[in-house]
Amino acid sequence: MSAVHLVLLAPLLGSLALAAVPYRRAAAWSNVAISAVTLALSLSLFVVEPYRGRLLFVDDFNIYLVVLTAFVAFTTSLFSSSYIAHEVETGRLTPNELRFYHAMYQAFVLTLLLALVANNLGLMWVAVEGATLTTALMVGLYRTHEAIEAAWKYFILCGVGIALALFGTILMYLAAQPIMGAGLAAMAWTELLGPVALMDPTILNLAFVFLLIGYGTKVGLAPLHAWLPDAHAEGPTPISAVLSGLLLNVALYAVLRFKMLLATNEGVIAPGPLMISMGLSSLLLGSVMLYRRRDIKRMFAYSSIEHMGIITFAFGMGGAFANFAGLLHMTMHSLTKSAIFFAVGHIAQVKGTQKIADISGLTSSHPALGWGLVLGVVAIAGLPPLGIFMSEFLVLTSTMARQPLLAIPLVFGILLGFGALILRLQSVAFGPPSGRTGPVTASLVPLYAHLVLVLVAGLYLPPPLVAWFQTVARLLG
Amino acid sequence: MTLSESTIYDVTHLLNGTVLLLSFALLYQRRLFGVLSAFAMQSLALALAAAWQAFANDAPHLYITASIALFFKTIIIPVSLHRIVINLGIHREVETALGIGATLIVGASLAALTRENLALSLSVVLLGLLMMITRRNAVTQVVGFMSLENGLLLAAVGVRGMPFVVEISAAFAVMVAFIIFIIFGVFFFQIRERFDTLDVSYVERFRGERH
Repeated sequence: MSAVHLVLLAPLLGSLALAAVPYRRAAAWSNVAISAVTLALSLSLFVVEPYRGRLLFVDDFNIYLVVLTAFVAFTTSLFSSSYIAHEVETGRLTPNELRFYHAMYQAFVLTLLLALVANNLGLMWVAVEGATLTTALMVGLYRTHEAIEAAWKYFILCGVGIALALFGTILMYLAAQPIMGAGLAAMAWTELLGPVALMDPTILNLAFVFLLIGYGTKVGLAPLHAWLPDAHAEGPTPISAVLSGLLLNVALYAVLRFKMLLATNEGVIAPGPLMISMGLSSLLLGSVMLYRRRDIKRMFAYSSIEHMGIITFAFGMGGAFANFAGLLHMTMHSLTKSAIFFAVGHIAQVKGTQKIADISGLTSSHPALGWGLVLGVVAIAGLPPLGIFMSEFLVLTSTMARQPLLAIPLVFGILLGFGALILRLQSVAFGPPSGRTGPVTASLVPLYAHLVLVLVAGLYLPPPLVAWFQTVARLLG
Repeated sequence: MTLSESTIYDVTHLLNGTVLLLSFALLYQRRLFGVLSAFAMQSLALALAAAWQAFANDAPHLYITASIALFFKTIIIPVSLHRIVINLGIHREVETALGIGATLIVGASLAALTRENLALSLSVVLLGLLMMITRRNAVTQVVGFMSLENGLLLAAVGVRGMPFVVEISAAFAVMVAFIIFIIFGVFFFQIRERFDTLDVSYVERFRGERH
């Protein structure tokens, strides 16, 4: 049994154990402990020989996403323990729902990690489908009318998306089977990479369109994004944090893997322009929609659409430089957006509302929390010296160098989003405090840990990390 | 017993064509129970198609897919949906967003491209999507989703030697079971308390924005 198996085994056993633990405090802390173990095990992947099996594999690309996923899952579990404690005190969650929540949290982490390390198109599809299932159930956890609607929408839209992705997967196999023969090899990433050059380009084209639409639904790319704001707004906030920070990345990872495959076939349509147009439309839609939001969690959900748009755009441009920028932006967005949701979760609990109009003056009533939110929003809006500024700057310079015309909508979208975020931030964070001003019983460690990382990344990227990203960027082609 | 290539091909086409035909049958039903029986028939045809592939291509694992389709989708799902409709007192007429005649015309144009096996299953997928779009009741939407999924499984069993078909059909079965038993059993029961109907346009009346 290698390190990869252990990384998957930890959340699997954790999920089963948490389904059995009824006691609240014990459950929340075991959730943290299991996530910590998963993180430690995922770090060990750097040390051991890269595993390359028939079903699972580790390479330079997925290892960094595995570590990022395990890290954000760990910090979110810390946030979740204080968030959940409050939900239980106020009676929004019953002990049984709590047990379900914790078991599903670990099951969700398991499916994400499995999707990342799967060396098989079919296995990856099953994992992404599992991720849809576990999160849809958690989105509906509060059983309010809004939560039920969000869960229903999520099920139906992502169900169809995932179904189309399966059709694309079947088509990929159909293209591979005449050349590689029947069996597992014809569905393995590592085996497919060479023979793709010989496959029928028409089937591959069809397959890629289905896969882009299918997995693109899960990335939240416009016009397939309709499930995303509801799912983020109505579920428990820790789930919003992992949805934005992790699930969207994993879905994009799937698209990128297929893009890497197709790049080796001469006759196939270039995936770049498709991804660029979907990315730009998500960016513009996300930033326009930011203006009229009344619910704070919905607002940041639209901001996630905007940023996934930028990332997809960068990878659509391709080339070592734009890919590097995309990878950096993916990491920075994960860290920043989850930090924002940590802050928003506590704010909504303190104020008892998610309405932007009812929240104001946070920096004077709750300085630590309020300034955390300010820092997070400043980071996500792309102000220097934070990490997102650097990655957006890199995306922009690579666009300027290659396709100067595309830089116009890109800059326009980014500035539009920037304006909306700063506008809302002013009313929420400054001015006279409104509503309840009770003390916060929140652990701010995960929030500030993420923000410090984003700040450090904006000022100084350690050379080994840069070298790592460069290798992956070359791999992506 | 060995079969000639052409026999295998003909029987496969016959069974796949039956699945497609039943997709149309799903579209013109005016009563909810009619939709459920048409879906059960379609799943039965899928089970036969999967079993035929298992037999003809000597791929015994497909018998598992066939039995999932037979027991789960032909019997358990339609029967439980039937019971849900009765117990919750759901409106028994199909509530359409697009009229039945118009839906059939659109459906015919979606299936017009059909020739080969893969295209047959693609048509089933598209007709399932069409049903989800043009029918408003939550039960019919779920049936549309499952019919779409029948099309996918039809494609998956038809491709020779595809790995993970069993896992995929099991994953879908779990998903559908969750949708039905959780969404309907728990969530929708609560919605009905408020709105007295399962028409999803009531669910969508609330756009998620808090006023």
